Amino acid sequence: MKHRYLPMTEQDQKDMLSTVGVSSIDELFSDIPEKVRFQGLYNIKEAKSETALMKELSQLASKNKDTASNVSFLGAGVYNHYKPIIVDHVISRSEFYTAYTPYQPEISQGELQAIFEFQTMIAELTGMDLANSSMYDGGTALAEAGMLAAAHTKRKKLVVSGAIHPEYQDVMKTYAAGQSIEVVIAPMKDGVTDMEALKDLVDDSVAAVVTQYPNFFGQIEDIKTIGELVHEYKGLFVVSSNPLALGILTPPGKLGADIVAGDAQPFGISESFGGPHCGFFAVTNKLMRKVPGRLVGETVDQEGRRGYVLTLQAREQHIRRDKATSNICSNQALLALAASVAMTALGKAGVQEMAKQNIVKTRYAKQAFEAAGFTVAFQGAHFNEIVVQTKKSVTEINQGLIEKGIIGGFDLGRVYPELENHALIAVTELRTKEEIDALVAEMGALQ
Amino acid sequence: MSQENQPLIFEITKEGRVGYALEPLDVPDMDLADLLPAGYVREEAAELPEVAELDIMRHYTALSRRNHGVDSGFYPLGSCTMKYNPKVNEAVARFSGFANVHPLQDESTVQGAMELLYDLQTSLVEITGMDEVTLQPAAGAHGEWTALMMIRAFHEANGEGHRNKVIVPDSAHGTNPASATVAGFETITIKSGEDGLVDIEDLKRVIGDDTAALMLTNPNTLGLFEENILEMAELVHGVGGKVYYDGANLNAVMSKARPGDMGFDCVHLNLHKTFTGPHGGGGPGSGPVGVKADLIPFLPKPVLVKKEDGTFHFDYNRPQAIGRVKPYYGNFGINVRAYTYIRTMGPDGLKKVTEYAVLNANYMMRRLEEYYDLPYNRHCKHEFVLSGRRQKKLGVRTLDIAKRLLDFGYHPPTVYFPLNVEEAIMIEPTETESKETLDAFCDAMIQIAREAEENPEIVQEAPHTTVVTRLDETRAARTPVLRYTK
Repeated sequence: MKHRYLPMTEQDQKDMLSTVGVSSIDELFSDIPEKVRFQGLYNIKEAKSETALMKELSQLASKNKDTASNVSFLGAGVYNHYKPIIVDHVISRSEFYTAYTPYQPEISQGELQAIFEFQTMIAELTGMDLANSSMYDGGTALAEAGMLAAAHTKRKKLVVSGAIHPEYQDVMKTYAAGQSIEVVIAPMKDGVTDMEALKDLVDDSVAAVVTQYPNFFGQIEDIKTIGELVHEYKGLFVVSSNPLALGILTPPGKLGADIVAGDAQPFGISESFGGPHCGFFAVTNKLMRKVPGRLVGETVDQEGRRGYVLTLQAREQHIRRDKATSNICSNQALLALAASVAMTALGKAGVQEMAKQNIVKTRYAKQAFEAAGFTVAFQGAHFNEIVVQTKKSVTEINQGLIEKGIIGGFDLGRVYPELENHALIAVTELRTKEEIDALVAEMGALQ
Repeated sequence: MSQENQPLIFEITKEGRVGYALEPLDVPDMDLADLLPAGYVREEAAELPEVAELDIMRHYTALSRRNHGVDSGFYPLGSCTMKYNPKVNEAVARFSGFANVHPLQDESTVQGAMELLYDLQTSLVEITGMDEVTLQPAAGAHGEWTALMMIRAFHEANGEGHRNKVIVPDSAHGTNPASATVAGFETITIKSGEDGLVDIEDLKRVIGDDTAALMLTNPNTLGLFEENILEMAELVHGVGGKVYYDGANLNAVMSKARPGDMGFDCVHLNLHKTFTGPHGGGGPGSGPVGVKADLIPFLPKPVLVKKEDGTFHFDYNRPQAIGRVKPYYGNFGINVRAYTYIRTMGPDGLKKVTEYAVLNANYMMRRLEEYYDLPYNRHCKHEFVLSGRRQKKLGVRTLDIAKRLLDFGYHPPTVYFPLNVEEAIMIEPTETESKETLDAFCDAMIQIAREAEENPEIVQEAPHTTVVTRLDETRAARTPVLRYTK
């Protein structure tokens, strides 16, 4: 049967076999020992035409409750934000999405320049000296930050705030196990890192303190004080940040951070059931030559024209092989492009306006919940998430909410036993006053 | 196309322009100073661009025109499997029910997404001949590390935590030794023999009580099938080690040989290569890992399972798991594309993919062998490696040949890899290219070989037609400029 992706005709095949000097394609596989040769065809589903497959998979997709046709208050690291339509138009240009890593700079100037611009925007938002071309996601970026800190300080212990995303904590522990690095979780108090407990944990054996800003519960940590503490002992200060929040929050770079890692998903990237998103990694100049992943740098060509190349590659796995401190090879270039387009569309004013709407609408939601008799667990300053105490289990409430077309908050009891019957409610700029009021009313009715 | 400097987005910015439209705030406005602690309100705004929507579209359109993708032209980059990226994949990944679902929604509201992932896992189990597959790893290198962490956990569970050596052939991808290091192992490099295959005697010399695993790519990066694979697997298993399959080159063996039948204990796949990802300019990828039964307990959490009632569930109750390797469940959007591809091709299609990919590579190899040195003269699989040493004697380096190909509108092959071939030129055509394309590329390569003899300057000074000429990489590394500053 002919296939639309396979241009080989019978005549082509005949001519090519003759050039090769064999009589059948099978002969080309004669080096595979008989004993391991696979016979026949894979036992997988038969091929479907484009039309039939589109129909089947669109039905499968419609089995899911999506955040476009339901009203979502679910965040916990992945957010439902305004995504400028232009983003998808840019990343659908196939000169971008069908290209490989820009190894040949002369025909990859477009990609290289786009990444250079991404690096600049991330450095601006985080207040750091430089940023790399992207990482897999926020969780693995933070884990790599921990590994970098351990290698840089030659210390084998990381103190990680219990108020960072629990899945990021888990990823950090897995990476650390590979390098025989100890991970100590610092306890929380009132939804933020417990400063007194932290002081007892930090000493000169600690490679880095790792915090999140705003943290997993939406709270604004006092990162300035934490940074000063770890620097007293000459460890590094690693901060995981939501880059949108940095539109209005003092950037970690101004508050003592040595590494800022996070996920650019809030900028133009679909939730997509958790990935692909776009990790970012920003550092001070001091750590430039230790950054994992690709870096794009500016240079000139033989005629003196400005151009861009992958640079400082001596850090990377394909040069250093077993001496490499990170094995990362691919990055999230296409998502970095998406985030760049969104950051460009929002621009200087839009990032501030959108970030501010998140914080103000969340404050409105907090007041509305309290007015309706709910207890909001933590009273510190927040970004776009709050923790609401419920009488019934959050999962049960969420099952009722979905009937009303509302995707409820994250059930914190799934991860934190002490926070059973607590929902982490995210309120982005997309949520209207009416929707927030409806959420409060429905949650009130359901418990 | 313009050969003038392309302005950066920051250089076309003008105060007061915007490219967005947010709904006006519909709740009472508040002052940030009342909402945030002192010292935490940003004083200086981030210097992001200020441009109108058309400016943005023109900017990125101009950038796209300065970029070469598979849709622009032939891209025979060895070991990267630059095949056509089907458009139906893009359409399916953008279905709202896939693109707009949150990973932490209640499982009952995302059964469609979970069913797709489960079916993909099942297909990959069949394709690899393994017993179980995890879709969590984000990319190939991430998959390598995940599998090595499982091997480490396996040995530790058996009281053999002392096994700290991972054996890697000298022809391996750089990620192999790097992944071994990051997983806490020491790497031992073994040589390739004169036939381009792993030197069995060298393997015998290094294996022992401390062997954790052998990492192997088959066919190897020379495009040659490791014929002694069963013997190698037996040797490594004999001393208690595991055998790891780097699936970067799976396009060469689909429906012909399965890693699980070749004696491998675990495998990673690059869904952005064999299964039409696409590559995205460097990512995102997806690097699922398949394992044999004895490694299943160590799979990263959570494991996607199908319950007796036919529903799908993420199982976190995995006491021996290595933990989590990525937030959520992997690069779902890429997994959707790979799944769509597998469903488009079916069993018959996937077999043809490999057959045509291999025929195309052998055809090109035979068309070019007269003009370039062919260090390993036997049937190749999906790719082959030439050496530019003949041209080097004429003063024309492999790098020059690569740059000259740009003038013909091609992306060059992989060059200077694998490391065990002098002036290596590694060509992988894939099955989606027509004979006419292969012929035109071979004609260009032959012309360049002639130019190297008759008019070497034209090759040495290439490229001549691109928007920039060769760039000063030394300067970029010596005085790094990694961001725009006003």
